[in-house]
Amino acid sequence: MTTEMTSRIFASVPDAEGRFGVYGGKFVAETLMSALSELEALYRQMSADADFQRELDEDLAHYVGRPSPLYEARRWSDRVGGARIYLKREDLNHTGAHKVNNTVGQALLAKHMGKRRVIAETGAGQHGVATATIAARLGLECHVFMGEEDVRRQALNVYRMKLLGATVIPVTSGSRTLKDAMNEAMRDWVTNVDDTFYIIGTVAGPHPYPMLVRDFQSVIGREARVQILERTGRLPDALVACVGGGSNAIGLFHPFLEDESVAIYGVEAGGHGIDSGQHAAPLSAGTPGVLHGNRTYLMQDEDGQILHTHSVSAGLDYPGVGPEHSWLKDIGRVNYVAINDDEALHAFHALTRTEGIMPALESAHALAYAEKLAATMTPEQTIVVNLSGRGDKDIHTVADIDGIEF
Amino acid sequence: MSKIAGRFQQLAAQGRKALIPYIVVGDPEMALTVPLMHALVEAGADVIELGVPFSDPMSEGPVIQQAHERALANGARLRDALDMVETFRQRDTDTPVLLMGYANPVEHMGYAAFADRAAAAGVDGLLTVDIPPEEVAGVNAELHRVGMDNIFLVAPTTPDARIKAIVGQASGFIYYVALKGVTGAGNLDAADVARHLDLIRAHTALPLAVGFGIKDAASARLVGASADGVVVGSALVDCVARAAAGGGDRAALLRAASSLVAEIRAGLDSIAS
Ligand SMILES: Cc1ncc(COP(=O)(O)O)c(C=O)c1O
Repeated sequence: MTTEMTSRIFASVPDAEGRFGVYGGKFVAETLMSALSELEALYRQMSADADFQRELDEDLAHYVGRPSPLYEARRWSDRVGGARIYLKREDLNHTGAHKVNNTVGQALLAKHMGKRRVIAETGAGQHGVATATIAARLGLECHVFMGEEDVRRQALNVYRMKLLGATVIPVTSGSRTLKDAMNEAMRDWVTNVDDTFYIIGTVAGPHPYPMLVRDFQSVIGREARVQILERTGRLPDALVACVGGGSNAIGLFHPFLEDESVAIYGVEAGGHGIDSGQHAAPLSAGTPGVLHGNRTYLMQDEDGQILHTHSVSAGLDYPGVGPEHSWLKDIGRVNYVAINDDEALHAFHALTRTEGIMPALESAHALAYAEKLAATMTPEQTIVVNLSGRGDKDIHTVADIDGIEF
Repeated sequence: MSKIAGRFQQLAAQGRKALIPYIVVGDPEMALTVPLMHALVEAGADVIELGVPFSDPMSEGPVIQQAHERALANGARLRDALDMVETFRQRDTDTPVLLMGYANPVEHMGYAAFADRAAAAGVDGLLTVDIPPEEVAGVNAELHRVGMDNIFLVAPTTPDARIKAIVGQASGFIYYVALKGVTGAGNLDAADVARHLDLIRAHTALPLAVGFGIKDAASARLVGASADGVVVGSALVDCVARAAAGGGDRAALLRAASSLVAEIRAGLDSIAS
């Protein structure tokens, strides 16, 4: 890639049609097209509006608790060997994950649009919790769609949402996970488009969602850039983040895309291994197609049917990925790799025991890859890992795997 | 003129409304789709709309969602839809057939390959729920190359400027979605539909068919008074599913579907032109 290319290209996407190269766009039923245009117009107006930005910044500072720390994991780095590893502590945000950066932003948009009801899809439940939280604060009615399988895996988050006053609707169609929750949320939106704002939880969906979720999450990378420069006097050598739909990853990556010296790694869920077919790694093993409103890499069969996915982590268990990641893969700016369930579980325990930080299983995928990467680097080099969330919600899953019953 | 346009013109000359039943390919059984198509025509269908099964049918209500799931479990895919149209054409070369589905199976086959194979099988039109005019250039170029119609949806939320853009890309007919919601919803408002059809007619001479929420002779009659045709989806899919679940033989299932379609035909034909 030439320097001239890198200097402008990343700020130029998406284009007016919402495309990142050939990816993205707006592939939805006609009923929703006007709502998407309306949202895009409002968003463009608000992103240039000083009052809106001030309101958002205040929420991020005093409600979410930003900036989140950049923590040097000394003991864990020593164990791993090689590069020094810094953790961007999104787990310390209110509600325990990066998801809230986006829900705070979208809820402000909903308020400006005068919507009285918000809906969301959720996999691990973190986005559902973050949406229910902001809905409680703004007095909005909140319905969260969640695959039946995930309702079982993430019982704690289901109860949290109920405590916050949200209605959780178990989705029993298809594979009963995140993709089906998203289908059901779209069906609700089509039916209640007049009074309902759909808060999408990741950088997927139709335009303008991949753009606005990226923008709301980019606070992660903007902070991390300042923090690492303050601490080490130079840019990091590598960034690592897990990729489900891709929102925590793009949030960390985006402010660094033009820095050619920074190697960037997105870590997908390798499940039982890419060769087993039981995984959730469309960028590593999928092909382009159209799902949930955008063109992107998908896990699909030879007839274009979407495949069931598997990951130990509910938040990564999704057959698609945000369209910007598909583009970043094709142009070669970001390296997409996969980490298996076992490796992620191992990293979960390793970080917990060496640093006293219990990561979400999603984030544990990024940690596991950072371990491998650090070992190939030198102690003068640094890696920033996005610790996208905390692991409390996963204690049941980990206990199950360890054969422990409460 | 395309077969679809020809059929609408012929009906208009007779002062009749088009009846467009929808079934899902491979539901409830692979072997029943072609016999069902013939039975629907005999009972008074003017155009057949074949649903192409998809793993993520985002615009469907529970009845049609379950039909997609049953069809997929039976192994029905886009290529089976094409095979079935080809078989149907051995006995019926007149009735226009339209495929309705989602973008990805067509994308995955490739627009050019789809157009070639569909045209060869005798398919007359395509309606993809999730390819709006903004995204349609690629597929339209291929459909037009083989003389197939692209049917577009217009919704109650479609503003005037978009209606104009949509009708500019469409051929065959325009499919007006009668309500904000998924297929099978029940809140049909005939006066509201009539008002929207007038707005669309201001921009196009294409025939206007209405779907979503038409379930019997009475609702077909109400909507047919202002439309050029009606699409009957969930009610028919549900009727077929009930007959299959009831454990009757194939003849009984075909009879159940035929009698629903015949009843709706009678309702439409009772509209004074
Ligand atoms: C802690 C955490 N990290 C990551 C993800 C994956 O989402 P994304 O790829 O959009 O960051 C989730 C999703 O639920 C999550 O809860």
